[in-house]
Amino acid sequence: MVTMSMSPNQDYAIEARDLSFYYGSFRAVKNVHLKVVPRQITAIIGPSGCGKSTVLRAFNRMNDFVPTAHIDGSILFHGKNIYDPDVDPVQIRRLIGMVFQKPNPFPKSIYDNIVWGAKINGFRGNQDDLVEETLRKAALWDEVKDNLKKSALALSGGQQQRLCIARALAVQPEIILMDEPCSALDPIATLKIEDLMRELSKTITIIIVTHNMQQAARASDQTAFFTMDEDRAGLMVEFGATQQIFTNPKDKRTEDYITGRFG
Amino acid sequence: MEHPPTALQISAAQVESIHSRLKKRPRHSENLIQAALFIAGAISILTTLGILYELGKEALLFFASPEVNLLDFLTGTKWQPSIGQFGVLPLVNATLMTSFIAMLIALPLGLAAAIYLSEYASPRSRKILKPILEILAGVPTVVYGYFALTFMTPLLRAVLGADNVQIYNTLSAGLVMGIMILPLVCSMSEDALSSVPHSLREASFGLGATRLETTLKVVVPAALSGIIAAFILGVSRAVGETMIVAVAAGSGPNFTFNPLQGAETMTGYIARISGGDLAYDTPDYNSIFAIGLLLFLITLGLNILSRRLVARYREVYE
Repeated sequence: MVTMSMSPNQDYAIEARDLSFYYGSFRAVKNVHLKVVPRQITAIIGPSGCGKSTVLRAFNRMNDFVPTAHIDGSILFHGKNIYDPDVDPVQIRRLIGMVFQKPNPFPKSIYDNIVWGAKINGFRGNQDDLVEETLRKAALWDEVKDNLKKSALALSGGQQQRLCIARALAVQPEIILMDEPCSALDPIATLKIEDLMRELSKTITIIIVTHNMQQAARASDQTAFFTMDEDRAGLMVEFGATQQIFTNPKDKRTEDYITGRFG
Repeated sequence: MEHPPTALQISAAQVESIHSRLKKRPRHSENLIQAALFIAGAISILTTLGILYELGKEALLFFASPEVNLLDFLTGTKWQPSIGQFGVLPLVNATLMTSFIAMLIALPLGLAAAIYLSEYASPRSRKILKPILEILAGVPTVVYGYFALTFMTPLLRAVLGADNVQIYNTLSAGLVMGIMILPLVCSMSEDALSSVPHSLREASFGLGATRLETTLKVVVPAALSGIIAAFILGVSRAVGETMIVAVAAGSGPNFTFNPLQGAETMTGYIARISGGDLAYDTPDYNSIFAIGLLLFLITLGLNILSRRLVARYREVYE
């Protein structure tokens, strides 16, 4: 049921192996195998409640804060299972950053938003340079360069989200997880984020959860389709090159979903 | 089954019925409720104005008497009404000292407890701990007063030496007052901390911040205005607190900066005089209104200050 389009000995940015996820005794996600190709954009699509966000958050242990959550299986990052007891989740999140559904800049200035994460990670370089560099990477520099001391909350939603991306970049992660980053944005802001993702994927691995199938089709290299089983557990139905998933899905359920026949 | 009529098929009678349904109808209960709510609000405001009037009137009588002069009142360091010395500083000093000691206890402990409850405690332990803390806030202050006198003072005397610590002293009263105010500071700070949106914590964790970094550098700054408000309210409460200081701080206006000695606070003095047998319309008696007015102005000033600070340090979040 899991389709692999790559050779098995390829070096993956991160890999979920037989991952099952539980909230208390409820199994929210079962038996996911997902190999994320470095410096590509991997989209996770599927209906509501199929565990897309849960899987995404498993990749940097953001689910640790849910008291009853636990996993089976493993997530390998450079060959190391990030759920091993000797792994520090704080370090994981420094290497695997996250952008959330709703833009959530700190109630501080644009400048401070960028340097905040870098500073707690021991950044000792020139802060002005860091701010300019990351804002340029996030395609936000030209819009805010004269107002760096202004509150981040004064920005528009799309600008706030690009600031959140810039903030994540300032920590220099290897992977950025994006949890429906455009769901609160208008179409123009959405396209800007997609262009930005494309640009960033030259150097960084991106995994994005999206409700928007067009977005997955437009903006991703690989697509994983998730759905729900009869027991309400999410599972991955099909995973492969985006082109193939959208033009020639192997599984009937994938086809039903992308053609809109899914109830 | 009959289909509902379309717009074109509505009869004149139906139009009539719709029009009558649209007609404005009087809602007496609505007006009644509105009036009752207005009266409730007006009563509290009028009461405050009444208190201010009474305080001002009686205080004016005090300042009008020949023995008294406003400047001496505000700057004098001797409060001995029987020989005509009306310097309020000993009383103000004792009030500030007990309040300062109280806040030294209540602010750090209250804030730490609030941070624990809001950021660290599991939902289960929070459910148990918060009500316990709120019970502490419900203990009558006179009980705290005797707790200071019969527990805290002997403790201090045992630790610091009975010769150094007087039976009545501001340290004991201040410490116990701090314990009394702690739940207030904690509860209000906790409210401020927990109303910081969860998304800000996630943003911080997502950048590789530890829980401590998240708490101290994101959550507390975002909740700072609420924490300052809690603190100022705690100070107002300490300045106005009467029973503890009346019981445990001492009953002689003593101008001292030594917290191990007894000293009478403004509220303690008012409580003693108003319960005593002084004749009306003597400057001695009227002085309590002047002190009351001063106390009122101090708390008013603190409230205004707190509003200013809250507005200034507000980190607005959505």
